[in-house]
Amino acid sequence: MRPGDGDMTKRARGLRNLRAALAPVAAGVCVMAAAAAVLVPVLGSDAPAPRPLPHGTSTAHADATAADCTPGNAAASLRPSPDDGPAVDRIKARGRLIVGVDQNTYRWGYRNPATGDLEGFDIDLVRAIAEDILGADPKITFRAIPTNQRIPALQERTVDLVVRTMTINCARKRQVAFSTAYFQGGQQVLAPKDSSITAFDDSLKGKRVCTAAGSTGESRLAEERHGARVVTVPNQLDCLVRLQLGEADAVVTDNALAAAQAAQDPTVQLKGKPFTDEPYGVAVNRADADLVRRVNKVLEDYRDGGSGSRWMAAYKKWLQADLPGITKAPEPQYSD
Amino acid sequence: MSNPQTGTAPPSPSGRAAGSAASSAGAGSTASSTGSAAGTGLGGALLSSTDPAQGARRRTAWADGVDQLRATATTEPGRLRIIGAVLAFLVLAFGAATAWQVADRSAAARDVVARSQPLTADAADIYRSLADADTTAAAGFLAGGKETQATRERYENDIATAARLLAKASSNTSGSDAAAHQIGKLNSLLPRYTGLIETARTNNRQGLPLGGAYLRYANAQMRDELLPAARGLYTTETARLGEDYDAAKAWPWLALSAGVLALGALTWAQRRTYRRTNRVFNRGLLAATTASAVVLLWLVAGHSVARSGLNTSYESGARSLKVLNEARIDALQARGDENLTLVARGAVVTKDQQDFYEVGYRTGMRDLAGPGRSGAAAANSRLGTALTLADDDTGRRPVREAVETVRQWQARHAEARAADDQGDYDRALAKVIGGEAATGQSFDRVDSRLAQALAHEQQEFRRAADDGRGALDGLVAGAVVLAVLGATGAVLGIGRRLSEYR
Repeated sequence: MRPGDGDMTKRARGLRNLRAALAPVAAGVCVMAAAAAVLVPVLGSDAPAPRPLPHGTSTAHADATAADCTPGNAAASLRPSPDDGPAVDRIKARGRLIVGVDQNTYRWGYRNPATGDLEGFDIDLVRAIAEDILGADPKITFRAIPTNQRIPALQERTVDLVVRTMTINCARKRQVAFSTAYFQGGQQVLAPKDSSITAFDDSLKGKRVCTAAGSTGESRLAEERHGARVVTVPNQLDCLVRLQLGEADAVVTDNALAAAQAAQDPTVQLKGKPFTDEPYGVAVNRADADLVRRVNKVLEDYRDGGSGSRWMAAYKKWLQADLPGITKAPEPQYSD
Repeated sequence: MSNPQTGTAPPSPSGRAAGSAASSAGAGSTASSTGSAAGTGLGGALLSSTDPAQGARRRTAWADGVDQLRATATTEPGRLRIIGAVLAFLVLAFGAATAWQVADRSAAARDVVARSQPLTADAADIYRSLADADTTAAAGFLAGGKETQATRERYENDIATAARLLAKASSNTSGSDAAAHQIGKLNSLLPRYTGLIETARTNNRQGLPLGGAYLRYANAQMRDELLPAARGLYTTETARLGEDYDAAKAWPWLALSAGVLALGALTWAQRRTYRRTNRVFNRGLLAATTASAVVLLWLVAGHSVARSGLNTSYESGARSLKVLNEARIDALQARGDENLTLVARGAVVTKDQQDFYEVGYRTGMRDLAGPGRSGAAAANSRLGTALTLADDDTGRRPVREAVETVRQWQARHAEARAADDQGDYDRALAKVIGGEAATGQSFDRVDSRLAQALAHEQQEFRRAADDGRGALDGLVAGAVVLAVLGATGAVLGIGRRLSEYR
């Protein structure tokens, strides 16, 4: 017998513990990596003792400010540039953009069973980036990657970009670079329309709240339980299954993902307001600064045009029905 | 009988009997006087006879009987009567023990063939039907709107078969045992599982990714609840099969001991007669000895043959059937996981970040054919073991073909994985559920070859078991008739000696 759902939860919990145990190690590795990034040019030029470079100094790495990252400036990225660099040249030489995407998140990145094609808000953005780099009718390889493969896939260069409802935060910025935010998400509560649950507050008391193992929702629930009983599942969509089967009373997940769930079940809706700030960005290998700038340039164009922008068109097409009230794309922040 | 011996006159019965009675009485009284006051049996009886005050209270039917026996044993005719009775009793007891124990073993052997082996096969079928339903559901799901009628029917037949066999198994178990518990569990889980599958199907048809989540949930239910219960049922039935085998194969020690005892007593009685009369043969006793010896030999030979037949049926049948059933289930689970890899699309990963279902596929394949990807199956894998256990070419051929097809399946699977890892989902899907050259075709072939091997081994099992059971035919009746004849012979033989005292 192989482990299944019950064990998946257990396994996921084990994974979490492992992650917690490894966090200091990972942090140490990151610090070392950052130090090495600073040290390499220094040692090469026979300079005296290494010292941190001033802010805004352009280095080989896309994001030298990762060490100074705060939740307030995490979404800040490199200024846009249409110029080709080594990473963009590599993609052009290959003639194909390889992107890590989701194929399970309705409205964002999912495979339409009727056509077999991937579609959604993320997928439209990928097409826009590919068209900019490779011209009209570009060749794109979509790699369906699981959530926890997003960073390894970039680090091992099995993909050029990851466009997969990925939240920009400081922990991740130590490992990968991000574009400017292309969507402003946040954790939110999803519950049946007639539920007594009103938001992420004490109305959750005594309720079974479902969230994906290892997700932001899970850590927020660990901090503020509000008297809820937490049910963890391998994937956020499994929460909707539990909700429909009466094994959970509410779901805590990104509002974008919650909206994707609501789009599949007209009896549930988002409750209250987002209680965290989760800007989504396009993730890029930290060494590919030129690609970050290029993506940011595409995003500038994508947002451009106010309510008539391509961004708004994609929003209206994929998200507006279940995530109403957004009038424009998030404002970009730049670090240099 | 009417011809008294004149050549050698029998020794004076009175003299000898008196002497032996005196010595035995003396020994008895010595024992009672020197032994403990709480002496029992003969000593106690003797003691009570010398102490009437106590004896009145302690006198029992047993003591009466012993006294009477003692009185009878004081004369040679009396002793002969006792010997005759004991010999007749021993021979009859031997016959009865043989009849009883052989009937018991025949019943156990019949249970092996007619009850526990079929129930084990049914339990394996329940397990297989459930695993097949799950695998088929995933395949149908992957095909989405293009799900074929054949896939749909296969799933429905699987569920119907499982339900029917569960009802059958249920009627063959008593309410309290482990099997009943597992059957109850399966009965309550099965409708829930089919409900989840239908919800998955409905969502999938509407193009909602939620369908995939339902299918994964249904699969988790199958994997964590239903299949373990079905395996529990299979284990219980296999254990029962083992018990029936053991009961059928157990040596009938009681009957054998009774036989040896009866023969020993008969030999002693004849020796005694020879000593006292110098006559070598007593026809009655000789007949009793012959009858007992025949029953004993028949018992040993018949049981040995039956044992060997059952051993063969176990070695070449039941064990092969077990490993082939397990191989078939491994193949099913590997196939199910292969399908689910494409359903889940990386939504579930293991602790070390590998795709949960791909890992499941590899585990299934490793159990099935060993860790390699080409050549013969590893000796300790299911197919390797099945090949070793198969004892003729008809049994080995389908297993060999299954191994070859597993290798083909693995090669095709590697292509499908490569395509999926490249992001070419459509090509991966075609490689898995497409027609020609798809892994699905390889799987179907592996499954049909294993089914073929199973049918052959089932036949082998039945033949060997029937041969074994045949060896005990007639032994019960034979033992009863011969024992009655033997006892009659013993009584007549002693009666002839007795007639010399009239």
